[in-house]
Amino acid sequence: MSASNGAAAQTTEESLEARMADKTITLEVFRYDPAAGGDPTFQRYDVPYRSDWVVLDALNWIKDTTDGSLTFRWSCRMGVCGSCGMMVNGLPKLTCSTFLKDYYPDPLRIEPLANFPVQRDLVIEFDGFVEKLKSIKPWLIRNDQRDPADGELRQTPKQLAQYKQYTMCINCMLCYSACPEYAFIPGFIGPAAIALAQRYNLDSRDQGQAERRKLLGVQEAVWECTFVGECSAVCPKHVDPAAAIQQAKVTSTIDWYKRFLMPWGKK
Amino acid sequence: MRPRPPEPPTRTWFMRTTAYRLFMIREFTSVFLAGYLIFLLVLLARVGEGPQPFESLLVTLRSPISIILHVLVLLAALYHAVTWFNLTPRIMPVRLGEERLPDAVVAIAAGYLPWIVVSLAIGWAVLG
Ligand code: SF4
Ligand code: FES
Repeated sequence: MSASNGAAAQTTEESLEARMADKTITLEVFRYDPAAGGDPTFQRYDVPYRSDWVVLDALNWIKDTTDGSLTFRWSCRMGVCGSCGMMVNGLPKLTCSTFLKDYYPDPLRIEPLANFPVQRDLVIEFDGFVEKLKSIKPWLIRNDQRDPADGELRQTPKQLAQYKQYTMCINCMLCYSACPEYAFIPGFIGPAAIALAQRYNLDSRDQGQAERRKLLGVQEAVWECTFVGECSAVCPKHVDPAAAIQQAKVTSTIDWYKRFLMPWGKK
Repeated sequence: MRPRPPEPPTRTWFMRTTAYRLFMIREFTSVFLAGYLIFLLVLLARVGEGPQPFESLLVTLRSPISIILHVLVLLAALYHAVTWFNLTPRIMPVRLGEERLPDAVVAIAAGYLPWIVVSLAIGWAVLG
């Protein structure tokens, strides 16, 4: 590209920037200060509108230029770390992948992920979620006393395909926020944890199905689910946790019949 | 400083989004189906009571109210069947090697096709 062309392109870009500079978009942001206690408030911020900005950019702009006290989590800015989940106009979203242009010129209401305790502003507490993930034993369980020195456990592409989808979860917890069942029953171990259990149950190298069956086939696990399906609708990684739960229900039902109708059969 | 507990859910939570409303409709159609099942049992019992009570029941069944109710139950049953047939491929995914059979194929093979065949067979048996 010649020098003159480059300069022309730059001028167009600048005038575009200048034109867009006066456009703003309003964010109504949930504020909660644990030290002050009391009820949360909503604070309005007018943020410059850029068509290539995501909600997280707008929040960072507020924090950098207007209000350093605004608190929220983020890390990767590319839909990988799962830490930027918030409610945007009432729906759970990864704010690093939610564009302002999809809402402009309407205001956006930003709240912490629903169904979780709020530590401050947009930061939620997820200790309970981590406990739930751990509770389903998310590791390869082997009944043989296999030593890692014995070499790796091989797997065919076909065996990998059985569970690969469930390995894509980034623990963003959007699915818990979308789940009305979880809102009513906080003890429900929930979509991502059950999808993670299936990830190991369907892994040909794992031998822990029987152990996890006791954890999954109970009311607080798969049977709490009524297949609303919104967990899968909001999942940014297409894990389809709702499908994982229904498949676990099928397995649990077959197990039940095996145990009660054919007690002489194994397990 | 303790975190603020989550907002408790409201009784009208399902009115919040279209997806929740559609879910509630799907659940509610079960009430119509269960009701119709009871009705069928009553009908069977009446058949056993001889021709007289059965004849009077037939008169009731031809009333406009009964016809409206039947249309409502039919619509509910259709909605129920279609939504669940469409969910079947996710409940019972079928894999051929590394690939998953397309959802539409599973829905048709496990739901729509048997449904149509059985409906035709019953229609043929009753009307034919
Ligand atoms: S299943 Fe999806 S929505 Fe749920 S935590 Fe994992 S990536 Fe997030
Ligand atoms: S910042 Fe990492 S997923 Fe959004």
